Amino acid sequence: MAMMRYAEALNAALREEMQADPSVFLFGEDIGRYGGVFKVTKGLMEEFGETRVRDTPISEQALTAMAVTAAMTGTRPVLEIMYADFVPLTLDALVNQASIYNYIWNGQVKMPFVLRTQGGGGAGAGAQHSKSLDSMLAHIPGIKVVAPSTPADAKGMLKAAIRDDQPVVFLEHKLLYNTRGEVPEGDVTVPLGKAATLREGSDISIFATSKMVVEALKAADLLAADGVSAEIVDLRSLRPLDVNAIVASIAKTHHAVVVNEGWRFCGYAAELSATIMDHAFDELDAPVTRVTLPDMPIPYSEPLETAMLPSAEKIRTAALKTLK
Amino acid sequence: MKNTPSVEQHLEIYRRMLLVRHLEESLGALHKEGRTRGPIHRCDGQEAVGVAATAVLEAGDKVATTHRGHAVYIGKGMAVHPVVAEIFGRATGACGGRAGHMLVADAEKGVIGGNAIVGAGIPAATGMALSMQILGTGNVAMCVFGDGAAQTGICHEAMNMAGLWKLPVVFVLEHNQFGLTVPSEVQSPVEDLSIRAAGYAMPAEIVDGNDAVAVYRAVSTMVERARRGEGPGMVECKTYRIEGFSTSDMGGYQKPEDIAAWKARDPLLVSRKVLLGDVGEAKLAGIEAAAKAEVDEAFAAALSDPMPEFSLDEACNPYSEAH
Repeated sequence: MAMMRYAEALNAALREEMQADPSVFLFGEDIGRYGGVFKVTKGLMEEFGETRVRDTPISEQALTAMAVTAAMTGTRPVLEIMYADFVPLTLDALVNQASIYNYIWNGQVKMPFVLRTQGGGGAGAGAQHSKSLDSMLAHIPGIKVVAPSTPADAKGMLKAAIRDDQPVVFLEHKLLYNTRGEVPEGDVTVPLGKAATLREGSDISIFATSKMVVEALKAADLLAADGVSAEIVDLRSLRPLDVNAIVASIAKTHHAVVVNEGWRFCGYAAELSATIMDHAFDELDAPVTRVTLPDMPIPYSEPLETAMLPSAEKIRTAALKTLK
Repeated sequence: MKNTPSVEQHLEIYRRMLLVRHLEESLGALHKEGRTRGPIHRCDGQEAVGVAATAVLEAGDKVATTHRGHAVYIGKGMAVHPVVAEIFGRATGACGGRAGHMLVADAEKGVIGGNAIVGAGIPAATGMALSMQILGTGNVAMCVFGDGAAQTGICHEAMNMAGLWKLPVVFVLEHNQFGLTVPSEVQSPVEDLSIRAAGYAMPAEIVDGNDAVAVYRAVSTMVERARRGEGPGMVECKTYRIEGFSTSDMGGYQKPEDIAAWKARDPLLVSRKVLLGDVGEAKLAGIEAAAKAEVDEAFAAALSDPMPEFSLDEACNPYSEAH
């Protein structure tokens, strides 16, 4: 085990996969000479050269479409889209191209590319650089969407994503890059589609991804002081979703809070709630409670932004309300 | 002239143009009988572009095309039957009936593929070229796209990167004068769209898109450059869409005198005139009869082929392992 920052863990995953497989290449804005706006690709252009690590023009639409067909023709592209807020620019390539061909062309092509991006609020970046558009992405059949919360999962899941033959959107969070954690050394992958129970509990299950897992863990401490034993399940993968892990946890606690940093209406938390209804309705002793962003743009000023983001305190309140 | 196709090559281009024309006309006839499904976009009068441009390519080269791609499918080497069967939604179709006529692909033949999002083929071919450059395959990607697609934002983004990185891609602009019903002069301030190539540091040539030999020559030059690693090129082929946008087109916006003038310069007539001097009437008549028979047989077989059965396809389901 080595202590690493989340961004360093991602960097290690990219380096190892590029060393192991010459068909892996990286492209995106500012990722080469500068090493990425969040330094995830630091040092990789020096190590692997300008053919395999490319600084690109500001062209998210075409870059994503190019990743799709590069993946179809023998390479494993890893594209960095600097902010999740820019993902709407990539949507034709995801919705109308990447997601359809495996099925529509009857299995003739593979689509092994990774679109890395980062979202989330709390950094004062304003309405066009703070969003979490998880549900928009997870809505598309044919695209995998993952959002690890720990450095160990960041490394292991990025390695698994690069080796996957389906398109994978890899969601990072700007406030997770500097978080530290133990990361297993060497070639360790974490399978996509498997949740992890980070804290066992008996009274209520709290399901979250990405930075909301950090908030949920803090909420569990607050709830412990309230005399409530909360189980924290890091879903890690939004799609495919580990339904079995969700059902198993609810079978134990009979109460559920779902947390997502995206919008509420038609949001990922709504999908989780419906999934729980489909698979574990008989286990529930109370309705599922959602903790999400309210349905409005993310404001700039600190008290305004803080007031709207989901937090440990809001998760605690939701859990107590669910248990009432 | 440099890169002029041999008589044999020209004959094969002519034969494939005939296959496409018969395919289009048979589809038109079956549409009138109510036996087709969904919109069908014919390329009558434009066959020289798709067929002669792809005739330049090698087996390992790839092509992305439009929703009007029949000439490219046949030009790049697909047999008639899997294309027709796909159009009729049969299990024997090139994509098992899942794609339909706008999205046909045959990965083995390098047709990947038709695309019904106007403009999307341009970054598609550029991405293939990026892959070829990184892997050093020595292959070339081609995009056949229209004057409508040339107005999309993604066209600029993709061509800029193609020029910037000297990618092995050739952009074949099939300028058929219309984007659905809107004429090119209502969509662009310039008549010759290929003047934009200069902004991407790529050479461009304008040719008569109804002259298969001219298309072949110009595309050959660009493909050779791209294969040598000298970067992308563009060929603007001036042609005309004789048959309207699709089978849903009510018409009324194309001038009859324009249609008549372009029909008089039908690419089949242009090639036939040259080939008549090269090989004589008997040889051409034989090729024509054989092409007609091949298409008729393909239709007869496809129309009696089985329909596919629906199932949640585990092999194509990215989530199958999770449940």
